[in-house]
Amino acid sequence: MGIKKNKEFEINDFPILDQYEGGSIILTQLDALLNWSRANSVWPLTFGTRCCAIEFMAVGASRHDMARFGYEVARASPRQADMIIISGSINYKMAPVLKRLYDQIADPKYVIAMGACAVSGGPFFYNSYSIVKGADHVIPVDVYVPGCPPRPEALLYAFLQLQKKIKREKNFKTRIKK
Amino acid sequence: MTNEQLIEHLSKAYPDEVALQGNQYPEITVSREILHAFMQNMKSDSNLSFDYLVCESGVDYPAFLQVVYHLESTTHKHFLVVKSNTENRETPALDSVSDIWPTAEFHEDEIFDLLGIKFNNHPHLRRLFLDETWGFPLRKDFYDDIHVVER
Repeated sequence: MGIKKNKEFEINDFPILDQYEGGSIILTQLDALLNWSRANSVWPLTFGTRCCAIEFMAVGASRHDMARFGYEVARASPRQADMIIISGSINYKMAPVLKRLYDQIADPKYVIAMGACAVSGGPFFYNSYSIVKGADHVIPVDVYVPGCPPRPEALLYAFLQLQKKIKREKNFKTRIKK
Repeated sequence: MTNEQLIEHLSKAYPDEVALQGNQYPEITVSREILHAFMQNMKSDSNLSFDYLVCESGVDYPAFLQVVYHLESTTHKHFLVVKSNTENRETPALDSVSDIWPTAEFHEDEIFDLLGIKFNNHPHLRRLFLDETWGFPLRKDFYDDIHVVER
């Protein structure tokens, strides 16, 4: 499957490397290296508004350790964080604050919506005047974790799913465009 | 004082107001004109000495709004429940007791925020949690189709 065939639907950002036989292997391996290093060191921002924050703290404690996945330190400043775990329900008063924090995180950034309230409004979906019905009305979410609150093992599974998602990213590899 | 003694004492002192035994504590319903003087007496009378306002909350009735005060005395260890009605639902106003018990400042701010009862002589009545674009969400006739999904 050479790159020079079917030029009308493939774009290549690194034409020089691909002229040589087997040049694209370098790009693929570079991509794998970059994704591996990004996925194994994702530092979350401390953002717990409600009961799910207790489960998040349990994941950070010693029994279900999140440091062994690389999610070692929960940074307090958004400039130093890679992702935000929305644990808890978001008010209409808290929503602009959440958006501002998300904007302050530098790319590449990821979001995990933890718990029923962050996924869809949860038990407060009906007849509540103050809870936003799902955190993805405010910021884009990558991984959703159901549960009220989710078990710490469920949150660790979400971390693994996020790692798989990061490892699928294509930065150097040939991007197919239709 | 026991509950019966309290009811007797209050009925003698305030024959116009109705004092009776509620589920757990004696209750008395006071008219809004003498509310402030009544509360002042409750605190300063040495037999009663209700020096602790446990809770102040608002109730929504079809024709009026009501404020319920739970009082406790830390020296004599007796409780009293005081209720007071407003005139109507459109312009509800009551006297503030925040000069007698300072904790009432926050309680009355919250009641104003969520039910709309204004308190006279309150040092700084303001909206604590919500802002001016909201109505009064804890009223039974609150309707908001932007934020609320009805079931």
